[in-house]
Amino acid sequence: MIDLEHIHRDFQVGDQFVHALDDVTLHIDAGDYVSIMGPSGSGKSTLLNIIGLLDRPTGGTYRLNGRDVTDLSDAEQAHVRNREIGFVFQAFHLVPRLTAFENVELPLILAGMEPAERQERVREALEAMGLTARARHKPDQLSGGQRQRVAIARATVTRPNVILADEPTGNLDHTSGGEVVRTLEALNAQGIALIVVTHDPLVGERARRQLHMLDGRLHRDVSGHAPA
Amino acid sequence: MRSRDFLQLTGTSLVAHRLRSLLTALGIAVGIAAVIILTAIGEGLHKFVLEEFTQFGTTLVAINPGKATTAGTTMGVFGTNRPLTIDDAEALGRLPYVEAVVPFVQGNAEVDAGGRRRRTNVYGTGPQMPEAFRMHVRSGRFLPADDPDAPRAFAVLGSKLRAELFGTRNPLGQRIAIGGSRYRVIGVMESKGTVLGFDLDDSVYIPATRALGLFNRDSLFEIDVLYREETPVEKVVEGIRQTLVARHGKEDFTITTQQQMLDVLGSVLDVLTFAVGAIGGISLLVGSIGIVTIMTIAVNERTAEIGLLRALGARRRQILALFLGEAVVLAAIGGLAGLLLGIGTAWLLHAVIPALPVHTPVRFVILAETLSLLIGLAAGVLPARRAARLDPVAALRAE
Ligand SMILES: Nc1ncnc2c1ncn2[C@@H]1O[C@H](COP(=O)(O)OP(=O)(O)OP(=O)(O)O)[C@@H](O)[C@H]1O
Ligand SMILES: [Mg+2]
Repeated sequence: MIDLEHIHRDFQVGDQFVHALDDVTLHIDAGDYVSIMGPSGSGKSTLLNIIGLLDRPTGGTYRLNGRDVTDLSDAEQAHVRNREIGFVFQAFHLVPRLTAFENVELPLILAGMEPAERQERVREALEAMGLTARARHKPDQLSGGQRQRVAIARATVTRPNVILADEPTGNLDHTSGGEVVRTLEALNAQGIALIVVTHDPLVGERARRQLHMLDGRLHRDVSGHAPA
Repeated sequence: MRSRDFLQLTGTSLVAHRLRSLLTALGIAVGIAAVIILTAIGEGLHKFVLEEFTQFGTTLVAINPGKATTAGTTMGVFGTNRPLTIDDAEALGRLPYVEAVVPFVQGNAEVDAGGRRRRTNVYGTGPQMPEAFRMHVRSGRFLPADDPDAPRAFAVLGSKLRAELFGTRNPLGQRIAIGGSRYRVIGVMESKGTVLGFDLDDSVYIPATRALGLFNRDSLFEIDVLYREETPVEKVVEGIRQTLVARHGKEDFTITTQQQMLDVLGSVLDVLTFAVGAIGGISLLVGSIGIVTIMTIAVNERTAEIGLLRALGARRRQILALFLGEAVVLAAIGGLAGLLLGIGTAWLLHAVIPALPVHTPVRFVILAETLSLLIGLAAGVLPARRAARLDPVAALRAE
């Protein structure tokens, strides 16, 4: 599903180049469960942003579902993000003035979906997260775990192929963090690919495939079934 | 994105910062109100002055002796110019599209009515004056259509002069002396008031030929021609010109149409209205700076939200539209409030000071609202463009 070939991502800081990603080649199957671990600054978020089409590589090619998406226009990238990718962030990124329901509705609104169809989808997504009773609540009336589950509902409401989660438990205590991880795993069990960046080995080790990064390179690729 | 959702999304962010939105809109409201009030006064003045003028009708052409050199008209007779005579007026009256011809001589003389005297305006004119100038006789009749070269010594009084000379007595048929000559009063005019500084009520009207004799002149001051409405004014002017050139041998006169006078007056008044409107425009400018400020703050505050929307699939154009939309809605609300405020104040002003003419034309209302929308667009464009150009990754990191 995801094919990265010789991906480079250089940042220019002053007259110095930072190689955030240095020749990364990676294939991820549809429906897989992948964790990305590694020390701070090793390029985990950069890799996830490129997979999520939020950032562009400075070298290499990226194919998503067989289609070369390396050089898509801004509007085309936005369209792919909207239809095929779900994001979950460490900081939740809920819009504070909108209710849980409206937050989940946002990607469908951006897609221009009919209100009636939208309502149904949002209800389903919230129900799956056990948040039906919280639909009319604003983010500041929800706990951290609940907020992240609203964010997950928002990521799944468009029925994407893959969910990208950058430190989804980073702002949560142990209990609600575990809850969020199990929620994401339940989605993966339904066939949605799951890619989680994490610092927490307990979280990372749950993944079927574990990638370790170091200095912008894929340092280790551990598959639960067949260790590399 | 559907337009209803677009508006709703715009609405939520404005409502989330109610006070701030209200104050920003107020800035525009004050500006629009100032423009409305000031232009309403300017426009009211405009209407007032034009009405003063057009009460005589608009299908009038004035002919004065002497050729105008520049914009001004040379009054009086110079050099070899032939005088403008009663016969000239008669000749113009024979043109097919002319409805009325009014010769004009004006001067001051003492009027004596059996001991009561008063120095007053004397107008030498013709029998068709009331028709041409939309004036009405209250009692008796106006000057009759006598032989223009030897009219009878009849006089018609303005209402104020009549009151001064006769009090409550009936003046009809009474004998008066004007500048020493004897006249018989045959009519009294209805009050017309002061028109552009001339008190038409404190006047007496006598036949033009007699007035020429009284003031010892050989030329009329002016001939006024009332023409049929359906006739194009160019045709009238050309007809008058040819008639008089044929009689005088050259063009030693000036023709001024009422429309020309109105145009000149109108453009002067337009400049006035524009000038006061521009003063109001300054406060509108201040209001629009308020929008730029608040939208810049909004983009800074909501950087993370912009990053999120981009991640969820918003295109740059959509982000641009969202922030532009907020600015425009702010300005539109302010514009609408300013409109109500402005019209209300103008109305109140008129109620308190009835003498002050106030007029708010619909086109100004539409113009003001369009203006506020444009201001919203212009003020929103910089902050909105900044929002649209944000790098999604960097924006998401902001908190
Ligand atoms: N916009 C940028 N400009 C310059 N350098 C950047 C930029 N973004 C990332 N980098 C650099 O790229 C490298 C990788 O950053 P990245 O955010 O991917 O690390 P990370 O593995 O996610 O770290 P962390 O675990 O702390 O989140 C770092 O050295 C970082 O300083
Ligand atoms: Mg990171």
